Amino acid sequence: MTSPASTDAVPPQLSAGPRPALGPAADEGLARRLRALACTAPLHDLDARKANLAGEYSVYAMAEVALAAIDLVTLNMDFDTGADHEQIVSRLLPRVAAQAPARPADEHERVARWVLENLINVGSVDRGFRAVYGTFGPDGVYTRRDYDFKLVEEVPGHDGSVYLRTTDEAVNVLVGALDTDVTSAQIAAEVKLEVLISRGRLADAQLAAEQARYRTVQYAETLRRTLEATRRNVRAVDWLNAVPDLIDEALAHVADRYRHENAILTNIRKARDEAETGSDPKTAEHKRRAAELVDIVKDCIRRHTQLQSRLLEAGPLFRAEQDRQAFARPAAHTGLDLYGQLLAPLLPLPVERATRVTDAFFARGTGLRTPTSVRVGDLVDLLLTPPAERAHLGAEMPEPDLIATPDDSRFSEEQLASAKELLDLEHDAPRRLSGLLAEARRRDPDLPYLVALLAVHAASPPVGTAYRQGEERLLFAVDDGTPLDDPEFGGADLIVGTARLDAAGMAADRTEAA
Amino acid sequence: MSDHHAELHDAWTGPAERGETAPREETVAAALETAGGDGVDAAEPAASGGPAPGAGSGVTPADAADAARLVSFGLQPKLLPARDAEYAELLRRYREDSSFARLADAVATGFGLVVLEVSPRAGMAVTAGEDSVFAVRMGDYARRAATDSADRFLHGLAHLAVAALAFPRPEDLADDGYIGRITVNGVDAFVRQACRRLAERAEEEGANTDPSTDAPGLEAAWRIYARRSSTGATKDARRLAGSTTGIIAKAVAFLADSGFLQRTGDDAGGAYRTTARYQLQVRDMAGHAALAELLELGVVPVGDGSATLVAPPDGDDLELTADAGLPFHA
Repeated sequence: MTSPASTDAVPPQLSAGPRPALGPAADEGLARRLRALACTAPLHDLDARKANLAGEYSVYAMAEVALAAIDLVTLNMDFDTGADHEQIVSRLLPRVAAQAPARPADEHERVARWVLENLINVGSVDRGFRAVYGTFGPDGVYTRRDYDFKLVEEVPGHDGSVYLRTTDEAVNVLVGALDTDVTSAQIAAEVKLEVLISRGRLADAQLAAEQARYRTVQYAETLRRTLEATRRNVRAVDWLNAVPDLIDEALAHVADRYRHENAILTNIRKARDEAETGSDPKTAEHKRRAAELVDIVKDCIRRHTQLQSRLLEAGPLFRAEQDRQAFARPAAHTGLDLYGQLLAPLLPLPVERATRVTDAFFARGTGLRTPTSVRVGDLVDLLLTPPAERAHLGAEMPEPDLIATPDDSRFSEEQLASAKELLDLEHDAPRRLSGLLAEARRRDPDLPYLVALLAVHAASPPVGTAYRQGEERLLFAVDDGTPLDDPEFGGADLIVGTARLDAAGMAADRTEAA
Repeated sequence: MSDHHAELHDAWTGPAERGETAPREETVAAALETAGGDGVDAAEPAASGGPAPGAGSGVTPADAADAARLVSFGLQPKLLPARDAEYAELLRRYREDSSFARLADAVATGFGLVVLEVSPRAGMAVTAGEDSVFAVRMGDYARRAATDSADRFLHGLAHLAVAALAFPRPEDLADDGYIGRITVNGVDAFVRQACRRLAERAEEEGANTDPSTDAPGLEAAWRIYARRSSTGATKDARRLAGSTTGIIAKAVAFLADSGFLQRTGDDAGGAYRTTARYQLQVRDMAGHAALAELLELGVVPVGDGSATLVAPPDGDDLELTADAGLPFHA
């Protein structure tokens, strides 16, 4: 950058010489380019400043992470809200990790957070950036000017949380040349996409589709602002022509895009499914790209659908607002037009003068406060009162009123113990169910039912549970086709036995699997 | 009634002996005498009709105590007359007994208060005069505002924007029955759009609005707002105090504390509705004071009272609406 020219009065004999600049017109283009250049400065700055961080961070390509972050935020900007801070960080992590795979994961996260916070510029009160540049005015005087901009800004969401959005500056830095008609640019991108697909150049097609999506996001954003604003005051809008036309046009646009993108979707799907020869790696790559393209176009369609539903809501809302505002009884006298007569004329003023007006409004608009006067006696008490204990645990839980449920178990604990004892067989000596039942019947007439139940359960032993819990023994039952001869039970005379499990081996398996 | 009065007599003589408040009460008494003199004719029917002590003859200390009590009710802006029988009774007396009304007005004037309206809906709506001890000062309101000119402007603008959005049409401000509804995020979005529209207009005109580094005070007001971030994540999940939503939230919380707004919900950063007092305050005090200041700056073309927010002329609207997001033509 050149050094600033002197603003001192130039002696007349020198004024005929070469002027330092060609004039304001040439300077304007220069100023625009300087501002564009300034938008990239925070990214370069990241790489310049990483050396100052505590730790060895030079291995990370910060500008790359930053651009990826801007990409992610732009793509995650929804119709209503923006991108979630944590989500962006977590999606950045794979890229950061790939840059330095040997480093610990928490360092990767620190880097991702550092980049994102620097894109927001958390340190400054405006949470933005400022670049200084100079221009020559029409009178030839050189003036230094401040250019303020943001790359990623924080916006409030409906649920009170904070979301991230990329600013127009960031989108322009990212995609470039967006300073054109949104609609026509989108149409151009789509035509290009169709041509590219027909020639099979899917790599280029994906790039074009992604760019189309950036424009779709921007278009949705413009319409969102429009609808929000028109919702606010119906009267200032030409309800007869302009707004219905606008909605019709937007709906037609959505329908058109929807049809168009569905056609693209069908074409790409065909490209994806027809590229079926799995052996050729190049075709496989085409197929993968086509699949990605399908996702992108699907996302475009989703955004259009969202837009359409918002457009359909607009009509009834306008009618309701019109009922409320236009058909009300006219007021007896007109009041002050706070926006038109105060706020709107105030905003273009220099801040010095505007402050006089806002001060006047503040002084008379805030009402009154009764001044608090303190008695010395109260003050002493106040100062001597120990601070109230803050409850860390929250409010005390009421003692729950528990009702003892009656014990309606079919079998008692003793019976269960007795049955377990009966079934505690040696691993090499399985027994027939009929024998077990007979023995149980001798102990307790009710016990055979429990033994039979346990035996039936053992027919399908919980091997998985035993494996996980590392048990050494497992009761099992096998049907070898012998019918059961018993006065109370029918079915198969199961062979009940105990299997020994290799607990140590299973534990080793588990750690290996983990 | 008599017991009540006896008690008030004590109260009356008590502070007077300390001498500190005596001069003020003398002024009140002096005001009363003139008030009583003027008010005799008007008060006559009321005196014959109801128990209006002191009407026509002179004012007793008990009347002055009642008048001061009414003013003290007015100093509690969140207190509703409908909720307090004594307040409602004093209001009734104010409206029926003109000498009592003059007395109460005089008490209020003596305290440096301005009476906006006395009615069952708004109560004794008083507000602080410019040099009154009750007045709110910017430095007390927000510490940063005392030193930082940008913050000072933003805090003032927040109050103006809240009012502008609470009463979007002149009719709304004039209509006593109108209740405005605002949300914190809504106010922020509104001002931001207005700023955006100005930015676009400046761009169309090809003007370079970046301020000179040497003269930050000459920066256009809308740029200050546009530059300030609208929200921000903080460590303790509270609203960032320096962000524009933080500043607006402070303004509405303060107004709610003044009995000007009532909180109705937590949507969009906090939803509020206006009270009768706020309408009076904006209509009779703040709006005109700010307008006078603006006129003094020689900026505003003097309007004829008709709305400035009119439908745009044909052909001008569509692109503007689509792009600016702000269908206002100032």
